Amino acid sequence: MYSAHYGAFKSGVAIICLFAVALSICFVFSCAKKTEEIRVGEFGSLTGTTATFGISTKNAIDLAIEEANAAGGIEGKLIKVIVEDDQSKPEEAATAVRKLIEQDRVVAVLGEVSSSRSLAGAPICQNAKIPMITPSSTNPKVTQVGDYIFRVCFTDPFQGMVAARFGHDSLEARDAAILRDIRNDYSVGLADFFIQTFTSQGGRIVSDESYSEGDIDFKAQLTAIKAKSPHVIFVPGYYTEVGLIARQARELGIDVPLLGGDGWVSDRLIEIGGEALNGCYFVNPYWEHDPDPAVQNFVTSYRERFGGNPDGMAALAYDAGRFLVAGLKKLASEEPEAFAAILGLPRPETKELRKEAIAKLRDIFASTEDFPGITGSITIDENRNAVKPAIFLTIEDRQYKFVGKVLP
Amino acid sequence: MQEFLQQLVNGITWGSIYALIALGYTMVYGILRLINFAHGDVYMVGAFTAYFAARLFGAPGPVSLFAAVLVLLLAMAVSSLLGVVIERGAYKPLRKSPRLTMLITAIGVSLLLENLGLIVFGADPKFFPQIVAPRQIELGVGVLVSSHQIIVLSVSVLLMVALQVVVLKTKIGKAMRAVSFHREASSLMGISTDNVITFTFAVGSALAAAAGVLVALSNPKIDPLMGIMPGLKAFVAAVLGGIGNIPGAMLGGLIMGISEVMVVGYISSTYRDAIAFALLIIILLVKPTGLMGTGMGEKV
Repeated sequence: MYSAHYGAFKSGVAIICLFAVALSICFVFSCAKKTEEIRVGEFGSLTGTTATFGISTKNAIDLAIEEANAAGGIEGKLIKVIVEDDQSKPEEAATAVRKLIEQDRVVAVLGEVSSSRSLAGAPICQNAKIPMITPSSTNPKVTQVGDYIFRVCFTDPFQGMVAARFGHDSLEARDAAILRDIRNDYSVGLADFFIQTFTSQGGRIVSDESYSEGDIDFKAQLTAIKAKSPHVIFVPGYYTEVGLIARQARELGIDVPLLGGDGWVSDRLIEIGGEALNGCYFVNPYWEHDPDPAVQNFVTSYRERFGGNPDGMAALAYDAGRFLVAGLKKLASEEPEAFAAILGLPRPETKELRKEAIAKLRDIFASTEDFPGITGSITIDENRNAVKPAIFLTIEDRQYKFVGKVLP
Repeated sequence: MQEFLQQLVNGITWGSIYALIALGYTMVYGILRLINFAHGDVYMVGAFTAYFAARLFGAPGPVSLFAAVLVLLLAMAVSSLLGVVIERGAYKPLRKSPRLTMLITAIGVSLLLENLGLIVFGADPKFFPQIVAPRQIELGVGVLVSSHQIIVLSVSVLLMVALQVVVLKTKIGKAMRAVSFHREASSLMGISTDNVITFTFAVGSALAAAAGVLVALSNPKIDPLMGIMPGLKAFVAAVLGGIGNIPGAMLGGLIMGISEVMVVGYISSTYRDAIAFALLIIILLVKPTGLMGTGMGEKV
């Protein structure tokens, strides 16, 4: 017995040694071969309940980075995006970001769509002093994590205010009901901001119900809401649940409009909700039939590359990608030495220089003014939030229709 | 009042789904003294089989009523086959082992099915096609019932009646009752206990599959992990009614569905899952045999 165990132990040690040797050889080679690309990380929900968010975002970031690389990259250096899937789970998001920073040694992180998952990743970026740009997390808490966290979308206080005013002024609703996803930071926050504005304008909240992401039956809540006969129901959730909610609301004979935020944005919304969504309204970052040539160029190249129309998440991700490229370009032209330090993997002799360079990149992001995004002109304010317009869309017979644009 | 009646309708619909799943738990427990944790995943497989079958028949386009019934039957057939395979492959070799071994195997089978589902179907939820068009029917005093709810109710009542007829009026039903009463003795009387157990798994799995299809029809979103929560709650329903007792499982399911909907409608959705387990704790404290489990009830 003893000798057998000892034998296993010996061969185990031998295998470990072999691995160690192999690893160090790899290491030497990878150091010898200087990789000169700019390493950027992206984390998103490529699978799970909000998979279309992650996929749209990844497609559009790919598009933005490919365009930049095809145009010669940045001073001839190419950008490489390393993508991690978080399966629509906050805990996986934290793991993904840790891997991007510690293993892949990226100089900036793009992501996430969901505020809950951005909030899981942001503290890790902040501690490592790696700038993180979220394309579409609208909860104010995300950028409050620290001075390295940015967003290129509008915030929930703005979105909630816009939605409440729209409900009060345009839909002439006086009694509103709320149906929020209690486990989702975005949904809870947006509902609160909606209530703030709606009540300050003299409206009443007659019912405030909740559900949890992943639920499939909402009839109990909707029945309770129906009994209060509101003029409008505000549903600040994500598309999967919203589609089911719309369907079940109509089945219960609720025919007042549903109103929502940018979490509705997905083609799956219409697949699930179908005709039940007729006459519902939501806030969107952009409008795909906007005559602006920049928007149309984006829509055309997205459609050619991936098939299907780009949704709001794709538009924001495209802007986030271009925002990042613009920042890197500025760094390259203003601080060539700093730019050289962020290329490839960190080397011991440039460790300090790289840190300073990334801090400079952060400063460049923070001072962005009037960046021409396809989702509107983006100015980064002192809280690292984007100041930009919002668009209202409605749904008629499975089609999105433009309703109006609200300036900040 | 109108609100209460509407909630009652919603609750009864969910309750009949729980009852259908709970029947499988209770029948298997009655015969094998095994809590078949893979049962919730058989429900999931039923829903996915129906999803692919419906697409085969032309969904999401319009589907004839005949095809819709065929979809349901196909899902039930595939799932009962799966139930038999699980029984023969995983549980039968363990017939003589301690009960704990079987229980742990059941958890293993459940995890296997869930993760297999994630690999084969993907984690992305699927939209279940509307094979029967939804329509609203008013029941007076403003209470609305959708055609889906009526289908859920009538199919589950039909299946439960059929089950009762099988158990009480047929030879195999008699054998089931005998095996559940005393396995060794019934085997001495010439009953092929293995065949009876296999039959029980087939029937229980078919009922779970029917529940899966009905849920998918009225709440059209399915994913590989959809069976976990309903499975657990149906198990609680079976315990609530008295595990091993068929009418008990139906009653337990109904109580479960109604109390869940009432809690969500009148208190808060955050207590939706809590109520199920609160009921379990209360029943275990007050009447551990369950509402109808008197020990000598007609058991299967």
